Amino acid sequence: MSRRKWTTFDMLLTLFMIFIIVITLYPFLNILAISLNNAVDTAKGGIHIWPRDFTLANYQEIFGSNDLLLQASLMSVLRTVVGTITGIIASTMLAYTLSRKDFVFKGIFGFLLVLTMFISGGLIPDYILIRELGLINDFMVYIWPMLISAFHVIIIRSFMDSLPTALEESAKMDGANDFVIFYKIIIPLCMPVVATIALFLAVAQWNSWFDTYLYARGNEALTTLQFELMKILDNANISSGDITSQNAEVIAGQTNPQSIKMAITIIATVPILLVYPFLQKYFVTGLTLGAVKS
Amino acid sequence: MAKNENTKSLLLMSFPFIIWLLIFKYVPIAGWVMAFQDYKPAFGLFNQEWVGFAHFRDLFQEPMFYRALENTLGMGILGLVFGTISAIGFALLLNELRFITMKKWTQTISYLPHFVSWVIVANIVITMLSQDGIVNNLLTGIGIVDRPISFMAEPNLFWGIVTAADVWKETGWNAIIYLAAMAGVDPQLYEAAKVDGASRWRQMWHITLPSIRPVIIVLLILNIGNLINIGFEKQMLLGNNIVAEKALVIDMYALEYGIGMFRYSFGTAIGIFKSVISVILILICNGFAKRIGEGRVF
Repeated sequence: MSRRKWTTFDMLLTLFMIFIIVITLYPFLNILAISLNNAVDTAKGGIHIWPRDFTLANYQEIFGSNDLLLQASLMSVLRTVVGTITGIIASTMLAYTLSRKDFVFKGIFGFLLVLTMFISGGLIPDYILIRELGLINDFMVYIWPMLISAFHVIIIRSFMDSLPTALEESAKMDGANDFVIFYKIIIPLCMPVVATIALFLAVAQWNSWFDTYLYARGNEALTTLQFELMKILDNANISSGDITSQNAEVIAGQTNPQSIKMAITIIATVPILLVYPFLQKYFVTGLTLGAVKS
Repeated sequence: MAKNENTKSLLLMSFPFIIWLLIFKYVPIAGWVMAFQDYKPAFGLFNQEWVGFAHFRDLFQEPMFYRALENTLGMGILGLVFGTISAIGFALLLNELRFITMKKWTQTISYLPHFVSWVIVANIVITMLSQDGIVNNLLTGIGIVDRPISFMAEPNLFWGIVTAADVWKETGWNAIIYLAAMAGVDPQLYEAAKVDGASRWRQMWHITLPSIRPVIIVLLILNIGNLINIGFEKQMLLGNNIVAEKALVIDMYALEYGIGMFRYSFGTAIGIFKSVISVILILICNGFAKRIGEGRVF
């Protein structure tokens, strides 16, 4: 940078990037401010990135007085943890067998996997399968259907293919069996790609709402943060599409569904904000590698 | 001998997941036979009445289906055009940025919307576009409009809003792959261009863009194949009764008719129609790319 002249072009470019940062972050800051503002006051409008009448009432409502929302948060955490762990075990194991050149069924299993990226049964056959398996209103409906993604397995496999085989062979000489090689040697070497896929799995689980809507609506114990947020969104949207602001009939207290909606949005965003920047260098390489291979 | 041992343990490690694939991915494909039956859940897949192509005939006679198809392709094409242009444009500009710290921060921040759910993005969009949201404040402030616009209650704006939301959410993420391709361009090309006196704009246009053309074409082919598979999340979450005629997409239609009205066979026929269109689109694009001598998917 110092070697070259700082031109008008560079300055315009920097200004443009600042503009991008502002339009990306402003909505989140705005929603954070509304979530920390008195609901009655919010209805008057004019809240930007700073609360005018500060209150924690919206968050207290979620974590204190409202059992359903607390339970929904816990369920979101539970499905994310269980779904990520099972998903990682399944996809790394499958990827490992597919990366072994001496595995006789490598070709046919790989083909069966990759084909699922191009054709799928569709909404209705999936729904009927889930119903026939008795997974409706069952916690496992969050886990089974999302267990393996061909895309993830391919990324992990490409990474495993790039590992040196010497370690593996010397372990085999020492009499280690394939399971031992897998979790004592391969997995520790694969931590960068495991972190990437764990992020993808966790985000998919955390963000999912449609499976609750379609398969688990009948069991209140299975409701999630995203689904509760979706329900509030839906209610506000039904009549005018725009109740949020103008003539909202604000209840006497400090909170109302609209402000709680903002607080839920923040709660659902924070975990993502805490995780993804630290895994960035892994997923960028992982994604590029996977894309080049396929 | 050792090889047999290997096969056994590797089989043990992979077989459970192959069974999973067969159940969760291949059984639904086998379920396509439902589209040619009058499927009644009580009887199982093999004891149904066969009706041939009756459900497809019904489908092609439904005016609602054509509306859903129009909306799906409309939003699909808008998303493809603006999504591709914005991702390539953003990558090009980011690639030119010499201020490294700024580059890193912009990139990290630009990924954020990709990781949050559509439920959250829908809430953000509705809040920003509300009567006293920032967009209306700016528009009335500058004097472009006298009264706030009810964005979410205007059917003609719906496609545009969905496209804008999509661009806001995915541009940063989609730029990753183009940036990676740009990082692989030979620096000597830029040196030579500089000697010839080419400006930064001309370098972007004559060196960077042509160098990443194969990547652009492969992604375009894949995305065109998915034109009809735009899903229903955005439309379901951003839509409401007032804009319903512009928000109804094929998947929502399949959901409403197939599951909501228990017309499982009819819903399955919609799914098959989508798959067929998608395969045809990808074959056409691939053939076209082959003819003009460009990189292709297969």
